[in-house]
Amino acid sequence: MVEDIHMTNAIVGEPPEFRNPASESPAAKAALILAALVFLTFFLFLPLVSVFVEAFRKGAGEYLAALAEPDAVSAIKLTLLVAAISVPLNLVFGLAAAWAIAKFEFKGKAFLITLIDLPFSISPVISGLVYVLLFGSHSLLGPWLKSYGIEILFAVPGIVLATVFVTFPFVARELIPLMEDQGTGDEEAALSLGASGWQTFWYITLPNIKWGLLYGVLLCNARAMGEFGAVSVVSGHIRGLTNTMPLHVEILYNEYNFVAAFAVASLLALLALVTLALKTVLELRFGAGNTGGKH
Amino acid sequence: MADTTAVSGQWRLKQPSIIPGFGMTLGFSLAYLSLIILIPIAGLIWRSASLGWSGFFSVLADTRTQDALFISFGTAFVAALINAIFGVIVAWILVRYEFPGRRLIDAMVDLPFALPTAVAGIALATLYAPKGWIGSLFMPFDLRIAFTPLGIIVALVFIGLPFVVRTVQPVMEEIDREVEEAAATLGANRFQTITRVLLPGLMPAILTGFALAFARGVGEYGSVIFIAGNIPYVSEIAPLLIVIRLEEFNYAGATAIATIMLLISFTMLLVINLIQAWSRRRYGHG
Amino acid sequence: MSKYIQALGALALSLSLTVGVFVPAHAETQLLNVSYDPTRELYKDFNAAFAKHWKAETGEDVTIQQSHGGSGKQARSVIDGLEADVVTLALESDINAIVDNSGKIAADWRGRLPNNSSPYTSTIVFLVRKGNPKGILNWGDLVKDDVQIVTPNPKTSGGARWNYLAAWAWANEEYKGDQEKIKAYVADLYKHAPVLDTGARGSTVTFAQRQIGDVLLAWENEAYLAGEEFGEDAFDIVVPPISILAEPPVAVVDANVDAKGTRKVAEAYLQYLYSDEGQNLAAKHFYRPSKPDVVDPELLKALPDVKLVTIDDPLFGGWKKAQPEHFGDGGIFDQIYKPGN
Repeated sequence: MVEDIHMTNAIVGEPPEFRNPASESPAAKAALILAALVFLTFFLFLPLVSVFVEAFRKGAGEYLAALAEPDAVSAIKLTLLVAAISVPLNLVFGLAAAWAIAKFEFKGKAFLITLIDLPFSISPVISGLVYVLLFGSHSLLGPWLKSYGIEILFAVPGIVLATVFVTFPFVARELIPLMEDQGTGDEEAALSLGASGWQTFWYITLPNIKWGLLYGVLLCNARAMGEFGAVSVVSGHIRGLTNTMPLHVEILYNEYNFVAAFAVASLLALLALVTLALKTVLELRFGAGNTGGKH
Repeated sequence: MADTTAVSGQWRLKQPSIIPGFGMTLGFSLAYLSLIILIPIAGLIWRSASLGWSGFFSVLADTRTQDALFISFGTAFVAALINAIFGVIVAWILVRYEFPGRRLIDAMVDLPFALPTAVAGIALATLYAPKGWIGSLFMPFDLRIAFTPLGIIVALVFIGLPFVVRTVQPVMEEIDREVEEAAATLGANRFQTITRVLLPGLMPAILTGFALAFARGVGEYGSVIFIAGNIPYVSEIAPLLIVIRLEEFNYAGATAIATIMLLISFTMLLVINLIQAWSRRRYGHG
Repeated sequence: MSKYIQALGALALSLSLTVGVFVPAHAETQLLNVSYDPTRELYKDFNAAFAKHWKAETGEDVTIQQSHGGSGKQARSVIDGLEADVVTLALESDINAIVDNSGKIAADWRGRLPNNSSPYTSTIVFLVRKGNPKGILNWGDLVKDDVQIVTPNPKTSGGARWNYLAAWAWANEEYKGDQEKIKAYVADLYKHAPVLDTGARGSTVTFAQRQIGDVLLAWENEAYLAGEEFGEDAFDIVVPPISILAEPPVAVVDANVDAKGTRKVAEAYLQYLYSDEGQNLAAKHFYRPSKPDVVDPELLKALPDVKLVTIDDPLFGGWKKAQPEHFGDGGIFDQIYKPGN
């Protein structure tokens, strides 16, 4: 897709007289990088650094002890379980919705996209509350399900539902602009050459959207693990049973156990870094050539 | 698909296309959407309907509600704007430039999602407090950030950043460099190429990112309450007002504020999505 | 491409394997105690003591699970179906809310255990910076020009409501019951608060860690705990000459214990709070025991005599009257912040 030949001009140490006209001047580049770095330092790096500084305030021993504590371990397990259920659900939905929206022109499309965006704009407090209204003691569904021994609220299913709600748009929203941008030409060509619908999706569409899809899944996963507000409403906060990692962080913090609180928080940050490292490995291994203007 | 016999002028749900799977994917999407989002939200609106119109309007007419909504929407808008500008710059340097630490920065952009919002709030409040690392830098100018509406903006910039970067980045990666070269060959300078050729193509993605960061900021609670100060009429956000109503066991009042927020956000998102659909038709498919 | 898919699949698989088996509930008797924030340390110790006592008494094993959070939020969870066997909350009005909104607790709960079902009480004190540089000794000092106070939001925090009522009680005495002057004082007080955190512990962190403000209005037990956690030499505790008698109540959740068959052990659990051991543990965690005569006098030394006004004083007329009047929607607290006041 992209000729890396053009990019060689940008290599550092090139004679200054010649500059690729399809690229910024070195001064502009430096200014942009500087602006971005200053911005990121204030809004991203320092907050993160402070989390790790707090986590290691009393040394690595305390840090590890905080993570090995049984309540922390059960919180970690619950968080992974919740993410492992909710991310695939939203992945399938995201693919289906993006296909319908990006590959076809139909009435009410902008309306549908807006409905998909909706969970972002709903306060997490409310995202939890809607399920309380739906499944609580005063609802129609709650007591009925309970008569069959099915617990939704203050148990794992409620936490999963709240997480699915909050992370609902991530994959779809990542894919829609990308797939719209790519248009339908490739798919139409494949179909006219006799490929089936599934083949077209599998061999044509999926390779085209893989990075967007991967970003979407990573974001969805990160948010699923980090969600606090909505889960807090439906969890019941039972220590060792229905506390996810973010809720456990809150508990530790409220016990003035700052080291442990930030240790668990830093673990969430590390989980995100690990998934991103995986992304980088996948990128290098399978598709550096497909990443557009990337070197 | 069923409607291949298109007659011009006849109303149809969708334009004809040889691509299969419309019914299946749309059907599944709608079913899942209804189950997870629409039915629970209908329950919410139903609950607030128990107030009746007069009760609903008295919630809306309360200056405290209005101020809280103004603070929530205003700070979210400013934060999304800051993110739209800097998020695009960040995405640009990540996609186009090679510099030390690029991959690390790329990896860290997602962290606001992964960090529980409460942790983000605590970390930011500590940093931007008058005696914090960053807050103390601004004290000589008598500029207080934490515990003022500025603090809310700081938290929302943090929360919304990945939305812009991650929506713009994949689209930027797909840009065909030949377009830029063509523009340069035709005599455009770099600035013109960027503003006239690249930005229009990126606009749908930037708008999407802006809309998502904005929408997310409006409802954000966990990180904001630590840094906002929470003084009524000054730095009290609408979600906090919802929590306050819940503490009064006033579910109807809480859901009414939630419904108002929902309606405003929905309208704003719809407008943004319509603008985007329009700009896509105007500029074609990328 | 298929390699990529495989890799993604492997990622998903490894993720789901790490999850492992989710451990279900244990076999022995379990109690769920739904409580508010500052009682964590107390119940950690008390639960261990009760389990030992119950084992010795009946030979049965009992595990007590804890849930902590803001008092009002915890009450809402119980109303919405959290299966608490006992609730140990910050305010009588939160338990009343469970009674009124769900009927899961019988209306006569307050008379079922001694001392209005409050096995321990507490009060509100001032935590000031070491050496008390601003010379804060009484409630009137809190509204001096250069003083900033830290208190949580009475709308979201139970402890904050006790703060507010304590200030009101002092002003009532100071201004001989002049309503306008009392209101003006309380309004002035909150104008000296730069931050209203949503919970008591949030306020403590704002004061102790972020160094905001000159004085923290806190639960007595929280003030001592903050001293221990953040260093004895950082703060002084000032006990004002008059304060409020905060009575955090406890109750068995009737509907839940009857459904689970745990009534006997749940009632014994709450009774044990009144035992010698329970009372000593409460005092050890700086709660004021309801039976001080059974408590080690050394522990009581930390809890000096103060003139304490109760919520049932005609001044407030009990929680059922005080809650809507002061903290309800449009109540006196809301009026303080109305623009133009």
